[in-house]
Amino acid sequence: MKTCLVVDDSGVVRKIARRILERLGFLVEEAVNGQNALESCDRAMPDVILLDWEMPVVSGIEFLRLLRAREGGTVPKVIFCTSLNDMSHIAEALEAGADEYIMKPFDDEILHEKLEAVGLAEKDLL
Amino acid sequence: MINASDYDFFVRFLKQKSGLQLSDDKHYLLESRLMPLLRKFDVPDFSKLAAMLRDGSSTIIAAAVVEAMTTNETLFFRDKAPFEDFTRTMLPALSAARPPGHRLRIWCAAASSGQEPYSLAILLLENPGLVGRREVEILGTDLSNDVLDRARAGRYNQFEVQRGMGVQMLMKYFTKVGDSWEVKEQVRKMVQFRKFNLLEPFSGMGTFDIVFCRNVLIYFDPPTKTDILARIARVLAPDGYLVLGAAETVIGVGEAFKPLPQHRCTYVPCAASMERRPSPFGIKV
Ligand SMILES: C[S@@+](CC[C@H](N)C(=O)[O-])C[C@H]1O[C@@H](n2cnc3c(N)ncnc32)[C@H](O)[C@@H]1O
Repeated sequence: MKTCLVVDDSGVVRKIARRILERLGFLVEEAVNGQNALESCDRAMPDVILLDWEMPVVSGIEFLRLLRAREGGTVPKVIFCTSLNDMSHIAEALEAGADEYIMKPFDDEILHEKLEAVGLAEKDLL
Repeated sequence: MINASDYDFFVRFLKQKSGLQLSDDKHYLLESRLMPLLRKFDVPDFSKLAAMLRDGSSTIIAAAVVEAMTTNETLFFRDKAPFEDFTRTMLPALSAARPPGHRLRIWCAAASSGQEPYSLAILLLENPGLVGRREVEILGTDLSNDVLDRARAGRYNQFEVQRGMGVQMLMKYFTKVGDSWEVKEQVRKMVQFRKFNLLEPFSGMGTFDIVFCRNVLIYFDPPTKTDILARIARVLAPDGYLVLGAAETVIGVGEAFKPLPQHRCTYVPCAASMERRPSPFGIKV
């Protein structure tokens, strides 16, 4: 089963993402910030990470840099999912090794398409 | 709110002006789409609106009624497959078949707000080797002035640019202006937009190598579909390609086109006996 780690400090966003991802056949893990997410990745690397940017303790971008420097940390696909929607943030995310970028608010179609773009969802599943 | 005789009138009017086929049970749709026009043009009710269309007193209102009833939904790289076909099959075959100086002409015949022709332009920029030094002309036409204005502006909201297009492409071919994303000049200058009603004669259009006519024939009745397909065949090169929407088919609608085997959405003229080349590998889509 494909696994997805949802990293977001908002419980509502985690719940929405979980619902969509489970429908697409993912096993979902949750983390509330970057620190939490690193611990989760150290236990087991997921196939894909849905990553918020602005979070307490360790932010999304800090997490991504730390992840990519870890052993096995280049394997998971990383999809940013944030309300930071200007070009400089997107460029910074891509630079740090993000594979895709969702500008919030998002819906199931956008999430599905981005998963498809990183090779983790089939077309026309929804 | 729309009485039976006015409803019949609107149905006939729309069929005649845009080809739109409305069944007997679309009162709700008609009312909800036309209601804003009553307010906009300060017309008291639907009967009065019908009367104004009948006596032809305002071409502006007539055009607004037609436009209000169109469905303009579209997205970048919609359905993906036709765009893969475009780079993998159509352009290589056409480039091989045409002399180097030949200009390739592509027509998006129901271009809506421009996502379809801009997707093609982006693919041409992404795959510069495909057409060699040939010039490519992309013409986007639509019946609706509203969508053409949006197409020419090339500005899309966050939602529109996230559907169908990856973030790398977005960053490469768009710039953010306020809350919108604007197609860069290098893309925009590749596409011409013009108002054109598919019910009008295609004389003066010239000959095209590829025609995208997607998700518009579905609104028409079978004779109108057959007629439009037959006329497209006449402006399409014998070895050219027609692309329809994923839910559309040429089966049962005239004899002008047949499906290109193993290519969803892509059709070729029936008269054509030219050999078509297989897909080369390694082309980015
Ligand atoms: C659903 S959109 C399709 C856009 C695009 N081809 C796609 O597939 O994504 C249909 C478009 O057809 C246009 N249209 C409807 N009737 C037309 C007609 N008679 N002539 C030209 N365009 C027409 C509408 O204005 C609308 O923008």
